[in-house]
Amino acid sequence: MIHQYKLNGYNIVLDVFSGSVHVVDEVAYDVIGLYETTPADEIVARMLEKYADREDVTEADLRQCLADIAELEKAGKLFAKDIYGDMAFDFKKRVTEVKAMCLHVAHTCNLNCEYCFASQGNYHGERALMSFEVGKQALDFLVANSGKRRNLEVDFFGGEPLMNWDVVKQLVAYGRSLEEPNNKKFRFTLTTNGVLVDDEVIEFANKEMNNVVMSIDGRKEVHDRLRKNYAGQGSYDTIVPKFQKFAKARGNKEYYVRGTFTHNNVDFTNDIFHLADLGFDQLSMEPVVCAPGDPYALTEEDLPKIMEQYEILAKEMLRRESEGKGFTFYHYMIDLNHGPCIYKRISGCGSGTEYLAVTPWGELFPCHQFVGDPKYSMGNVWDGVTNTALRDEFKLCNAYARPGCKDCWAKLYCSGGCAANAYHATGSITGVYEYGCELFRKRMECAIMMKVAEAGMKK
Amino acid sequence: MNRIQTLETRDLAKSIQTGGCGECQTSCQSACKTSCGVANQMCEHKNDEK
Repeated sequence: MIHQYKLNGYNIVLDVFSGSVHVVDEVAYDVIGLYETTPADEIVARMLEKYADREDVTEADLRQCLADIAELEKAGKLFAKDIYGDMAFDFKKRVTEVKAMCLHVAHTCNLNCEYCFASQGNYHGERALMSFEVGKQALDFLVANSGKRRNLEVDFFGGEPLMNWDVVKQLVAYGRSLEEPNNKKFRFTLTTNGVLVDDEVIEFANKEMNNVVMSIDGRKEVHDRLRKNYAGQGSYDTIVPKFQKFAKARGNKEYYVRGTFTHNNVDFTNDIFHLADLGFDQLSMEPVVCAPGDPYALTEEDLPKIMEQYEILAKEMLRRESEGKGFTFYHYMIDLNHGPCIYKRISGCGSGTEYLAVTPWGELFPCHQFVGDPKYSMGNVWDGVTNTALRDEFKLCNAYARPGCKDCWAKLYCSGGCAANAYHATGSITGVYEYGCELFRKRMECAIMMKVAEAGMKK
Repeated sequence: MNRIQTLETRDLAKSIQTGGCGECQTSCQSACKTSCGVANQMCEHKNDEK
């Protein structure tokens, strides 16, 4: 399978199953489009007719182009077959080890963001803080169920995790104590709204957290419209100076400034550029996840505008990079040389198998987005995963298990996408959230185009 | 090739032999939390093969 598209003056051909990327001129673009369905002589005749005004398009040249395509096909770089679907991967029987955990250390929040998928931090349940004992058991469970995996990820999440900061610090210390005896390495992440960030938090996080995710939506009026405190005041002025200090102090360590865009700011690139202008250089901006009827939900009418925004973003990022003012955007961070292997690409996001969320009470869910839905309770940190039928369902949750992904060129880039988004959109974790897929495919087209441009390939 | 330029990329078919260690980051864990993909995940053995 191939995917052909034109973007920013490039004619790009992606060979889906080899991962090869080709930049071609318009003649080769047309020839490749016809190659699998049309006899060579007919392709030559049609091209000679279409490009009759071009001196460089001759029969000999077209025959050479066809030979080049055949050579790439033989080398497995064009029209490569899908050998992965037929491989002897038995996803249902495979043994999965837990390697990542989202610790909900605080089901409460000091902000009252209208669009919060966690329902203002409490996930439609009781407000609560995780005790050290529950967190300790969660880390023990992770180590015990991680098999030979050395790198273990733990995200301190909420609600707002800084509302339970002492427990976070105790759990980091406990995790470190488990590393050497068990030959493990914890990679901690802190996700915060910034309100309680202070020098002590910055210092500790920079020492212990592999990654810090800072939530801010962009322009003041956009951010303050939905990210308010319980008195109804926007939080922008409180958090921006704190995040600026935090990001600067991170030095070379990873962080993301992460925003959410909604129907209210479909022109979200202006928010991304605003964040970049504030000095942040590792950015992420996500489409809102909410019920279709919510006033800020993205609409069908928004879709073409969002697609255009992604193109604007890619072009502006290239421009800023050329001026030495570049920044990264999470969804455009694609590494074509050293990206994920095929196993990663076909095994899904890992929710419910390699990745679990833990509530303040120690209950296990497939991921943070399923927390609070009793149908998706998987067990607890003391007894482990007891709902093994549910785990088996999630084992099958990948691009090859979703009928809707069968003919999609992007399936090895998303691996089937987000189970929670699919569930909320279709009622099934193996459904397809088509709106999200459209956005994802556009982001991949932009990301690949940027790699082509950065490689200095000719238009 | 006059009309075709090819970017250097990891050969996904070859990674059948070399991949699968599972040490890489879990897809949703880093920054998105709401719209996951795998393409932007880094291979832990990025220097071992192409």
